[in-house]
Amino acid sequence: MGKRDLLRGNEVIAEAAIRAGCQCYFAYPITPQAELLEHMARNMPRLGRTFVQAESEIAAVSMVYGAAAAGVRTMTSSSSPGISLKQEGISYLAGSNLPAVIVNVVRGGPGLGDIAPSQCDYFQATKGGGHGDYHMIVLAPSTVPEAGELTMLAFELADRYRTPVMILTDGLLGQMMEPVELPEPIDPASIPAKPWATTGASGRDPNIILSFDLDPEVLRQMNLDLQAKYRRIEEAELRYEETMTEDADLVIAAHGTMARIAETVVRRAREEGLKVGLFRPITVWPFPYEPLRELSSHVSTVLTVEMSAGQMWEDVRLAVAERAATPFYGEMGGIVPTPRDILSEVRKHAG
Amino acid sequence: MQVETADMVKVFSRPQSLTAAKSTYCPGCHHGILTRIIGKTIDELGIAERTVCIAPVGCSVFAYNWYRCDAIQAAHGRASAVATGVKRADPNLIVFAYQGDGDFASIGTAESIHAANRGENITVIFVNNQVYGMTGGEMAPTSLVHQKTTTTPAGRDPAQVGYPIRFSEMIAQLDAPTYITRQALFDTRRILDTEEAIKKAFENQVNEKGYSLVEVLSTCPTNWRMSPIASNKHVADVVTEVFPLGDLVDRR
Amino acid sequence: MPRGTVRIDEERCKGCGLCIAACPQQVLGFSGELNHSGYNVVHMERPSACVGCAFCAMTCPDIAIEVYRQKVPAQS
Ligand SMILES: Cc1ncc(C[n+]2csc(CCOP(=O)(O)OP(=O)(O)O)c2C)c(N)n1
Ligand code: SF4
Ligand code: SF4
Repeated sequence: MGKRDLLRGNEVIAEAAIRAGCQCYFAYPITPQAELLEHMARNMPRLGRTFVQAESEIAAVSMVYGAAAAGVRTMTSSSSPGISLKQEGISYLAGSNLPAVIVNVVRGGPGLGDIAPSQCDYFQATKGGGHGDYHMIVLAPSTVPEAGELTMLAFELADRYRTPVMILTDGLLGQMMEPVELPEPIDPASIPAKPWATTGASGRDPNIILSFDLDPEVLRQMNLDLQAKYRRIEEAELRYEETMTEDADLVIAAHGTMARIAETVVRRAREEGLKVGLFRPITVWPFPYEPLRELSSHVSTVLTVEMSAGQMWEDVRLAVAERAATPFYGEMGGIVPTPRDILSEVRKHAG
Repeated sequence: MQVETADMVKVFSRPQSLTAAKSTYCPGCHHGILTRIIGKTIDELGIAERTVCIAPVGCSVFAYNWYRCDAIQAAHGRASAVATGVKRADPNLIVFAYQGDGDFASIGTAESIHAANRGENITVIFVNNQVYGMTGGEMAPTSLVHQKTTTTPAGRDPAQVGYPIRFSEMIAQLDAPTYITRQALFDTRRILDTEEAIKKAFENQVNEKGYSLVEVLSTCPTNWRMSPIASNKHVADVVTEVFPLGDLVDRR
Repeated sequence: MPRGTVRIDEERCKGCGLCIAACPQQVLGFSGELNHSGYNVVHMERPSACVGCAFCAMTCPDIAIEVYRQKVPAQS
């Protein structure tokens, strides 16, 4: 170890999944996550693990459901239109308390959209997406090395909370090559025991995996248990990063790739003497409302920058309320705002 | 009733692999006979401790309650894909998917065909009762021409909605499946045939022979609006004309 | 013909009548008694005719029937 490889985000996610002990990977091809699928196709069989190119994203996530129920670490990956098809399975995973990792390398939408980077699936990822009162943990890496680290973390959190976890990224990060030191493979013995899994009812009562009960009282309790779990996750798993916020007057709120670009903007703004900082949620669900609320009482402006029409913007406004101005700057359709675009926006508000 | 056990031997009883749960099926529904046959098969092969049942959405949604084995309730139509996931995760498990005709042959069309085409080493029990039982008797892909259902009140009109789909025959066109058969339960002889077919379908999996599909012509007295006995006769006289019984593929 | 008998779990029986039709010896019939679920349950109408063939039990969707058969003395 200690060796640094020049790798694409997609490959790093795939390799990190392997090192996190992912035993079964199921997916259907789609741009811009093809390298992820291909890395798994090359490596999983070699390691005696499962790679299946499924007939559709619905089938892929259903296979994940089966493998997760059987107690192994499992993952699927796709991009926006494919993630729409996975919503049924994600809802079932959440409802059945099954751990699994889902990667969304987001592209421009709606509909078929394009294959350029976008953050337009933020609502879908953080507000449910599928049917029912559920959430999944959503991790938004902003660099290639972080994509690897968060993939390792995703498997850990999935098992700890018995919940689906999403890596929310985009084609820019997926295709970008960066030098990375890949995470160390985990010790398989460190994976928590799964006494609830359907591993064969030998010497114990049968284990049943299901997401439903026709008795509203029972289903209500199942929902209350889910919500209690979400509160525990909110307590323990908030992750975010602040850059140069101590003396900032304007804070840019951005996640993922956009945050990385915003970092450049912060540096340039500082060179111009503007007191600009960056607030970057790493978990976009749970969203770091409290830390942002706290921060917003010391600044005059929180400028949200996204590759969307303003989706995370809603969470930012919820957090900030009336404490600071909350302007928005965004691009859609796969257009990536440049540092120069954002900087001129910053100048407007830093007044 | 008193039974003198001194000179009497029990020759028929509830399979060990079934729980004591009372079935949720309507009187006379063949789902119940199939449950017994599967339980008996699990007993005979001694596989309860490594069997995983994949329950569908449909009247058999509670199938996870019937067997003394692990079980997973799958989304509507996805049981064959879920079975694939389980089997790939642990090939030592014996995985069977139990699916109605709406589940298997309509909403799950892609998952059903592709699990078969990959030759997944699983067992699929496909219950063809020509109707959507659970949701109140709507047309199924297998509904007969002119069959009255709640969504074809004037009878299934092929000009509008096509003909009953012979799904097993479609799957039989594939190279991978090991065993595909169509059976029925309308009399003792057919019940015994079905017992044999289901045992084969599980044995194939135990012996790592690959994909087995047992389609079973079943009744839905409730939604057919027929007595259980008239339903049996309907299967024997009418349904088997459209869905002929017998093996379609046997490559063991 | 060996003698047989059946034991019907009245609380499982749903009165579908499939066993009555399956029995080659016309042993079974509706008892006219309702169980707790309100089903008219089956009983042995002609117990002495039972040969213990188990056809009734095989066809019962509710696995409500157990079948017993007279022990056959070992072949000498
Ligand atoms: C995605 C989805 N669509 C529709 C339904 C409603 N639904 C429940 S069961 C069923 C049909 C079941 O019919 P079949 O598979 O033939 O089984 P049967 O009830 O006849 O045994 C439908 C449409 C559902 N649960 N999920
Ligand atoms: S509705 Fe039909 S298929 Fe469903 S349990 Fe009743 S008889 Fe059986
Ligand atoms: S077949 Fe079973 S459920 Fe039906 S009447 Fe006979 S004993 Fe009762």
